[in-house]
Amino acid sequence: MNISTILDMAAEAFGDRIGVVSGGQRYTYAELREAAYRAARRFKASGAAYVALLDVNSPAAPVALFGAAYAGIPYVPLNYRLTQVEINKLLARVAPAVLVTSADFSGKLEQRADIQVIDRADFLSLPEGGDELPQPEEDPRAIAVQLFTSGTTGEPKAAILRHENLMSYIVGTVEFAAAEEDDAIIVTVPPYHIAGISAVLSSTYACRRMVQMENFEAAAWLEACRENSVSNAFLVPTMLQRIVDHLVEAGSQPQLPALRALAYGGGKMPLSTIAKAMQLFPTVDFTNAYGLTETSSTIAVLGPDDHRAAAASSDPAVQRRLASVGKPGAVEIEIRDESGKVLGAEEAGLVFVRGPQVSGEYLSLGSQLDADGWFPTKDRGYLDAEGYLFLDGRADDVIVRGGENISPGEIEDVLLGHPAVADVAVVAMPDEQWGEGVAAAVVLKSGASASVAELQELVKGKLRSSRVPQAIVFKDALPYNELGKVLRRIIRQEFV
Amino acid sequence: MAKTALKAGARFKSTVCDTQVMVVKAPAGEFELRCGGADMVGATAPAAAGGTLDPALSGETLIGKRYVNADESLELLCTKGGKGTLSLDGVALEIKQAKQLPSSD
Repeated sequence: MNISTILDMAAEAFGDRIGVVSGGQRYTYAELREAAYRAARRFKASGAAYVALLDVNSPAAPVALFGAAYAGIPYVPLNYRLTQVEINKLLARVAPAVLVTSADFSGKLEQRADIQVIDRADFLSLPEGGDELPQPEEDPRAIAVQLFTSGTTGEPKAAILRHENLMSYIVGTVEFAAAEEDDAIIVTVPPYHIAGISAVLSSTYACRRMVQMENFEAAAWLEACRENSVSNAFLVPTMLQRIVDHLVEAGSQPQLPALRALAYGGGKMPLSTIAKAMQLFPTVDFTNAYGLTETSSTIAVLGPDDHRAAAASSDPAVQRRLASVGKPGAVEIEIRDESGKVLGAEEAGLVFVRGPQVSGEYLSLGSQLDADGWFPTKDRGYLDAEGYLFLDGRADDVIVRGGENISPGEIEDVLLGHPAVADVAVVAMPDEQWGEGVAAAVVLKSGASASVAELQELVKGKLRSSRVPQAIVFKDALPYNELGKVLRRIIRQEFV
Repeated sequence: MAKTALKAGARFKSTVCDTQVMVVKAPAGEFELRCGGADMVGATAPAAAGGTLDPALSGETLIGKRYVNADESLELLCTKGGKGTLSLDGVALEIKQAKQLPSSD
């Protein structure tokens, strides 16, 4: 079992179909496979332990991913937004390696004898190098992809995804050749993110044309969708927020008649954003996809029907599902308390997941699965009576005040309900009496005002006094990473 | 006839046509997995000496389709189509009816 089978099948069944569009470049699935074969021969000849990529989206990303799979070498796409020092540290951890990169990033690299650098243009025009087809070994346990986590709490961890994990994910969630001839998906997530990996694998297996974007920008995204008659898209919440803002500011309609399906994930979606987006794109099918790097991407899905039912319902239990991440996909999910006891419906605790797509494994730390194969996601949440999963932040973000666990999410939801509040993050702050106390960083809407006392009163009225932020600071904006995750560790420093 | 353990992820090829399959799920135990009437072999096994396709078992396999036994305890994904009919312990496998997958793509 090897993910190269995915490209083999697409090339076999729809070799003439365009697989990748990137600016003026186009690759059919047959051409993509040929380029991956050439890459595989080059990788094998190099003697490298890893195939690394340091680049924005381009055809080199799928070619390197599949080329590494044909060669039986783990593929490691690196975050090009890291600092020079961070990038070189990661490279030292994957040497000896072949590194595919472009002129934009090669200046950041320290010269090393054990890193063979290939420029993207050269990589995409490798010579044929023989007729022999690269035959990967039949080892489902072989490592397909290694992704470095963002490392917000220390050195980045190397999450491992084996061929069996990724292949199980694809076969369990996508129907082969499900796409129509004219379908196209726009790929805006960077190649180093799990969503970037799964976009390539899912789209290739569905035989759906991928339209790559180097960098996300709302107007350019709309333009690219129009130009390429894009039918499907995946966005992180910040991207959808920017598209909504752009359309609202311009007072214009999206004018994307070909767009049928819009999936989102990778962070918490504000209710106001998704509600507004559904108004702006009334005919589009929205899907919320929740997943982690360690689970080969999506593990729960809130589908289009759920979105429409929630938006149309007057039943609060159905309405609130717009804030849920949906039902488990090709996995099992359960909620446990701190002692490991499995909890029932509506009881909040820690989210555990089990299934063949779940790797739950890091390079030097080993498997994090328990004896029965469950992986602790470190997300907090609960299931409702019908099995819809609601998330409630990261376990690490929980504020422990005098022995009481306080979730930032419930306080943030209350504060966001204030008409003057545009954005908010609630974090722990050191407190002599309680160990930890509640603190909030608040962004007010332009021209609006609210006092600290007023916001504290609101929380006290809606929740209880232990939830009231003892310190509130007003900021112009909150710090987010490039994929829309709020950086709580930076906000916490405000209150030290 | 040779009986084989079918493990999820294992790949097999026909010896009488182009068919290749990958095991998606399988019950424990050993079974006779055949295509076109002849035993299937591991996908990377050397090309077998030309067997002949049983005309009565040339119902075709289609790339991307899933093939199951009656109780769906066995599921194979056809990764390359061919002329032979897939069978398990002498019983022809059927194409699995498509169901809604939890796709987010």
